[in-house]
Amino acid sequence: MSTTTVSEKPQHKERKLIDYFTFNTDHKVIGIQYLVTSFLFYFIGGAFAEIVRTELATPDPDIVSPELYNQLFTLHGTIMIFLWIVPAGAAFANYLIPLMIGAEDMAFPRLNAIAFWLVPPGGVLLLSSFLVGAPQSGWTSYPPLSLMSGKWGEEIWIVSVLLLGTSSILGGINFATTILKMRIKDMDLHSMPLFCWAMLATSALILLSTPVLAGALILLSFDLIAGTSFFNPTGGGDPVVYQHLFWFYSHPAVYIMILPFFGVVSEVIPVHSRKPIFGYRAIAYSSLAISFLGLIVWAHHMFTSGTPGWLRMFFMATTMLIAVPTGIKIFSWCATMWGGKIELNSPMLFAMGFVSSFLIGGLTGVMVASVPFDIHVHDTYFIVGHFHYVLFGGSALALFSGFYHWFPKMTGKNYNEGLGQLHFILTFIGLNITFMPMHQLGLMGMNRRIALYDVEFQPLNLLSTAGAYIMAVSTIPFIINVIWSLAKGTQAERNPWRALTIEWQTASPPIIENFEEEPILWSGPYDYGIDDEEEEEESVSDMLADVSAK
Amino acid sequence: MNIPGNIITLIAGILLTLISLWYGQNHGLMPVEASQGAAEVDELFNLMMTIATGLFLIVEGVLVYCLIKFRRKKGDKTDGPGIEGNVPLEIVWTAIPTVIVFILALYSFEVYNNMGGLDPETSRDFPQGEMQMAENQGKMVAFNPHQGHLSLGIGNAKADLEVDVNGIQYAWIFTYPDSGVVSGELHVPVNKQVKLNMKAGDVIHAFWVPQLRLKQDVLPGRDSNLAFNSNRIGDYPIVCAELCGAYHGGMKTVLHVESEEDYQKWIQENTFANAQEKADTMALMTQPITQESRLEMHSHHLGVHPEILAQLHDHD
Ligand code: HEM
Ligand SMILES: [Cu+2]
Ligand SMILES: [Cu+2]
Repeated sequence: MSTTTVSEKPQHKERKLIDYFTFNTDHKVIGIQYLVTSFLFYFIGGAFAEIVRTELATPDPDIVSPELYNQLFTLHGTIMIFLWIVPAGAAFANYLIPLMIGAEDMAFPRLNAIAFWLVPPGGVLLLSSFLVGAPQSGWTSYPPLSLMSGKWGEEIWIVSVLLLGTSSILGGINFATTILKMRIKDMDLHSMPLFCWAMLATSALILLSTPVLAGALILLSFDLIAGTSFFNPTGGGDPVVYQHLFWFYSHPAVYIMILPFFGVVSEVIPVHSRKPIFGYRAIAYSSLAISFLGLIVWAHHMFTSGTPGWLRMFFMATTMLIAVPTGIKIFSWCATMWGGKIELNSPMLFAMGFVSSFLIGGLTGVMVASVPFDIHVHDTYFIVGHFHYVLFGGSALALFSGFYHWFPKMTGKNYNEGLGQLHFILTFIGLNITFMPMHQLGLMGMNRRIALYDVEFQPLNLLSTAGAYIMAVSTIPFIINVIWSLAKGTQAERNPWRALTIEWQTASPPIIENFEEEPILWSGPYDYGIDDEEEEEESVSDMLADVSAK
Repeated sequence: MNIPGNIITLIAGILLTLISLWYGQNHGLMPVEASQGAAEVDELFNLMMTIATGLFLIVEGVLVYCLIKFRRKKGDKTDGPGIEGNVPLEIVWTAIPTVIVFILALYSFEVYNNMGGLDPETSRDFPQGEMQMAENQGKMVAFNPHQGHLSLGIGNAKADLEVDVNGIQYAWIFTYPDSGVVSGELHVPVNKQVKLNMKAGDVIHAFWVPQLRLKQDVLPGRDSNLAFNSNRIGDYPIVCAELCGAYHGGMKTVLHVESEEDYQKWIQENTFANAQEKADTMALMTQPITQESRLEMHSHHLGVHPEILAQLHDHD
């Protein structure tokens, strides 16, 4: 068995509930731990967003004090990025990669558990900063402001982001090694599921960029605590250097947040359209292209900062180029659906919602890459609108799509389809009402990170806040669905979607060793409708369904 | 009636083009243009809106079409056609974004250049003269970035009027070196090349006038410049666009673009203003003053009520 190439292979006993609260090395347990933890933080980060939006319903700073307002959006951003989207990506990767490539576990199970157990302390630490005055300088923490507004809150922010970054690096090492070394012998790189390609690209980005963030934060910490002046202009430091280091990580971070979910929808769409993914190689390689380009575009966050003109032009060109691989993906997903037999269930609804709203984030992304235009909209609500279409309309919708798709596999229970669809409809409507008006606000002249604004901006802000409330409501059917299905849901089949990737060849939920025996590669991951010569009628997937039903 | 598919496609294509062109020109999303450069930025934005509208309609159209047309029938367990790709099609849809991006990049470059962004004085981070001086003295310039005079920002060319700008939490202070006038609001004559020499007193701020489509960070330890030529008389908001503390939202003032006469009148009045009054203003605007009172100074632009401010004070 190919897994024997890696030495570390602890044995797991029968699964008990307590396993989920302890240092367990089973990748499936760790996947669930990540997923549940990240969703807890989603609700906290979401609650902060609701307070922020409530404050913005009126022009006056009347609900919370301006200091608290700044703390809330700083923590909202930090939590959503470092404690929700990124760990949720790790959740899917942990759960799915070994199952998709037919391995028994990750390459380094103990490292995997350590990576997870850095997250809850990181999160609790971050929230504890409220006790000493939470950080107020935004998730970007630009000095010198971050050196001036509350020392301990800022230091706690730094330490917790360092913990979460370390977790992410450890995860990245594990994903890359597992994908490269532990596939069953028949599976070459070009017959592995696209989710694995996406995670390979993500891991490369994590490993190349996260250490730079760590470096920047450690220097910032020295400035804060030890009185050095790397970034502090009063001592001769340069705050722009911090911006370069910060964005060298944080731009790629956007792709760390979204590439795994590109992978997720590349799994969901072919299954529920009953068609092969259109342009497998184009999708796989475009992930790598995005990774590479993602590393050389960071200064587009600094077009209005201390960036010389010629450099602005260079970063404009590289940034715009990302539209090409991204466009390839969007067109390929559409072509996969075209002519298919689409089953409009919750995973597919979220996947289609993802394509339609991520498109908007992508189009505005090309706009802000254009330097003259970005000079106008930088640090305005246009940007807030843009990146929420990418992060919420992109990452989050795709996350939910994957959540419903693999829910039967992960829990062994079927979810309630009606509640899932209600969840989608409310989210999709809420999303657009919340974030669409923000574009116009930014163009009109509303800057971001403000608790008080001109009266002329009120109508659109009110609309946006109403949308945010719809999104809050949308979580109710979701929560009910999860609890109800876990308690009362019917037993899920092994392969309810008749999918071809091999995680569906094992029981739902998978047995502890993942597979009874080493799984066999029946077909490529997406060979829907591709019949072999003799049998015209019955496709591979139908055969598979028959087999798994027995 | 049976209309051939390619005619429907043709009609759809024409409609799509017309809608995109119309919306690209008539979206009305931008505030008024108060400078020459603003018009150019808006034309660029209009082109991007046209292209974006077209792509939006195509992709969303395909999605909706799939949603309606390609639904699985109840009980149908078969698969769709096993199409795995189509090389010519993929080449086309790789080429289209590439060409669009190429055009947008060139056009943006052109606009940026016209705005003076690639002015030899500004596009270099380090003016030649100073660099040589530093080398002559054997200094390691790279480790001493703001010893030299860093010149950032757009359009640094010869100006009719220069104003020194100081950004501090939470106010902008404008000093007219020629007349010695100090003011919390910016007055400039219409159709004149104005150059701002900007400094930050404490943290990073960003000077933004939406109607000019111009924004430049003001960084402590560095000088930045911003030049503009407003061609439209009126009052426009000056906004701080970089998070600078709790009352960042209150860091707002007004740009008055005036006729030459009005501008001269304003300068006269302020130059010969009561000396005591001027001293008061100075005292109000420089250091020992609480955040709240600074906010109060600027709150009248925001329509914030005094009661709210009072409430704010109670919070602390
Ligand atoms: C209920 C859904 C959400 C609402 C209503 C919401 C609302 C907001 C608002 C109004 C701001 C702007 C704060 C400001 O600049 O003044 C903001 C900032 C931000 N949001 Fe969200 N958001 C939501 C979900 C998300 C999600 C899902 C993510 C990421 C996965 C996210 C990431 C961020 C980030 C990174 C910032 C920037 C924070 C900063 O500037 O420090 N948000 N959000
Ligand atoms: Cu400011
Ligand atoms: Cu500010």
